[in-house]
Amino acid sequence: MPGSRNAIDVCNAVKRYGSFTALQSITLSIRDNEFFTLLGPSGCGKTTLLRMIAGFEEVTEGEIFLFGDEIENLPPHQRPVNTVFQNYALFPHMTIEQNVMFGLEMRGSSKDAARRKAGEMLELVQLAQFSARKPSQLSGGQQQRVALARALAPEPKVLLLDEPLSALDLKLRQAMRSELKSIQRETGITFTFVTHDQEEALTMSDRIAVMSAGRLQQLGEARDIYERPVNRFVADFIGETNLLDARVEAADASVATCRLANGLTLDCDAIGNARPGADVHLSIRPERMTLAAANGDPWQGTVRENIFVGTDVQTVVQLQGGIELTVRTQNSAAGVATIFDPGTDVAVDVEAGAARMLED
Amino acid sequence: MSARGDVRTYSGFRAMTLVCLVVLYSPLIIVTVYSFNASRSITVWEGLSLQWYADVFWGPESGKFKQAAINSFSIALIAATMSTAIATSAATGIVRGGRFRLRTASLGLISLPLMVPEIVTAVATLIFFNFIGFTRGYLTILVAHIAFCIPFAYLPIQARMQGIEDTFEQAAQDLYATKAQAFRRVLLPMMMPGIIAGFLLAFIVSLDDFIITNFVKGAGVETLPTAIFGSVKQGIKPNIMAISTMLLVVSIAMVTISYVVSKKDSST
Ligand SMILES: Nc1ncnc2c1ncn2[C@@H]1O[C@H](COP(=O)(O)OP(=O)(O)OP(=O)(O)O)[C@@H](O)[C@H]1O
Ligand SMILES: [Mg+2]
Repeated sequence: MPGSRNAIDVCNAVKRYGSFTALQSITLSIRDNEFFTLLGPSGCGKTTLLRMIAGFEEVTEGEIFLFGDEIENLPPHQRPVNTVFQNYALFPHMTIEQNVMFGLEMRGSSKDAARRKAGEMLELVQLAQFSARKPSQLSGGQQQRVALARALAPEPKVLLLDEPLSALDLKLRQAMRSELKSIQRETGITFTFVTHDQEEALTMSDRIAVMSAGRLQQLGEARDIYERPVNRFVADFIGETNLLDARVEAADASVATCRLANGLTLDCDAIGNARPGADVHLSIRPERMTLAAANGDPWQGTVRENIFVGTDVQTVVQLQGGIELTVRTQNSAAGVATIFDPGTDVAVDVEAGAARMLED
Repeated sequence: MSARGDVRTYSGFRAMTLVCLVVLYSPLIIVTVYSFNASRSITVWEGLSLQWYADVFWGPESGKFKQAAINSFSIALIAATMSTAIATSAATGIVRGGRFRLRTASLGLISLPLMVPEIVTAVATLIFFNFIGFTRGYLTILVAHIAFCIPFAYLPIQARMQGIEDTFEQAAQDLYATKAQAFRRVLLPMMMPGIIAGFLLAFIVSLDDFIITNFVKGAGVETLPTAIFGSVKQGIKPNIMAISTMLLVVSIAMVTISYVVSKKDSST
């Protein structure tokens, strides 16, 4: 959109490969200075969208704006955005320093200026001592940081990162998450990050766009998306959840009362489709429920099994009518929370506001 | 470890290997050794001497050989350079040009000459030159060599190119390089081992060619293979062995360089 102050505006962008539609009319805005994440399962079109912004994929329909300037028809070398490729794509015949200098030289910097800036960038990613090496002489994690330095050196208006951490082992991946985040803050460059790892997205992002099957499902802050998923796909893809079928009993402007198949009722925030009699889906996060000894409350069931997952225990409880719920209990040394053995009858307490009505 | 399936357990395998090696290498060894023979005879050894090498350079036939060598090496150099340049553009177009129509056809078309019997190519080339009224001589040899060297130069370049993912060019373009700059600064250096291998192969093939050259050369213009053939028709003298040995050394040098280049590249 002309005059927009957003870093990127994607307007009704469609991508078709022959008869296959990879992206169906995506509209989203990436704000200046934010850490923005495109999150979705494999094949949902994240890379395609990123490559359309970088200029490697033609936009079938729609427009893309960079700080208000229409860019979808510019060739990649005329777009002031840089990419960190998934396989890094470091130039194997150049040294680390030459790799980082490449973009600067192509933009017309003098050799000296380029060398100085490359030095700063390698300092930023803590690889200054490796500047004379070839990429093949570095570890995967180090190559990754070189790719980052190379893409940051020309000071792009937006940095695009396509699953840059997926080739690293778990420990390194976690370390790189906070490093990426702090580099983003330090440089003030807008980061657009692609991942299929929801934990990565939740820990790093200012805002997340959840995609599935070529469509944008939800866009919002990490907390928002986790706590207020709009549909079954988002609720299920981000974190773990209990999805329940229900029918709306009564609804006013803010609160809807829903009845589950087994007759139990729950209150939740009302959303658009909450007309009495409507069939809806509810999502309840496992950590928003607690267990207690059975006390005659209708919300009660039998413990089926306990699954130990390190930080907490997941208890599967079967309610009357065959509905199963997973409840998460934090492990604590003080033994505050009791773990009930399989077969025990327990009362399930659902926190107020824990149930979330979904749009589909 | 079980020896079953190990080729060494097949009876006669060792003997077979030995026969192959002897058949392949004994002529080369004999030629090399006898090129240092002090005798005029090509079968009787009479002691070490460099006289046949001297004969090649300063003997009665030296003028003819010198001219043939100049022709051979200049043709090989020009033909290898031109065919490598053409093959490089062809490989860039075919491997990187996306999925254009007739892509498979062009790939087949460019490597087909490798499978056509050389004599057929030779006759065809001769007929072609006659047809367009091109006087036979140095230039016809050169043009023919450029043409038949292309597929030899093409194969190593294409093999190399297919191993280079296109994200490298994209990364270059992403970093503000135009298509031409991305090609020159990134793709071309990465293709270089293939280009060098293609060049060396084309050079050797051109240097060594007899059949096509013999058909298209004009009277009086000789390359080393045709000059050697001409001499041999009047009886084999040891100076032929000296020339052959020198050609062998050049070939081995080329093959070694191409091996070293490809080795060096795969290690970085
Ligand atoms: N060149 C192409 N031709 C045809 N279909 C393509 C092409 N590139 C991508 N696709 C299809 O478009 C869809 C989206 O692909 P994309 O690479 O954007 O997925 P992704 O979300 O990045 O997945 P991943 O997490 O596996 O990388 C996929 O179904 C893919 O098969
Ligand atoms: Mg992808």
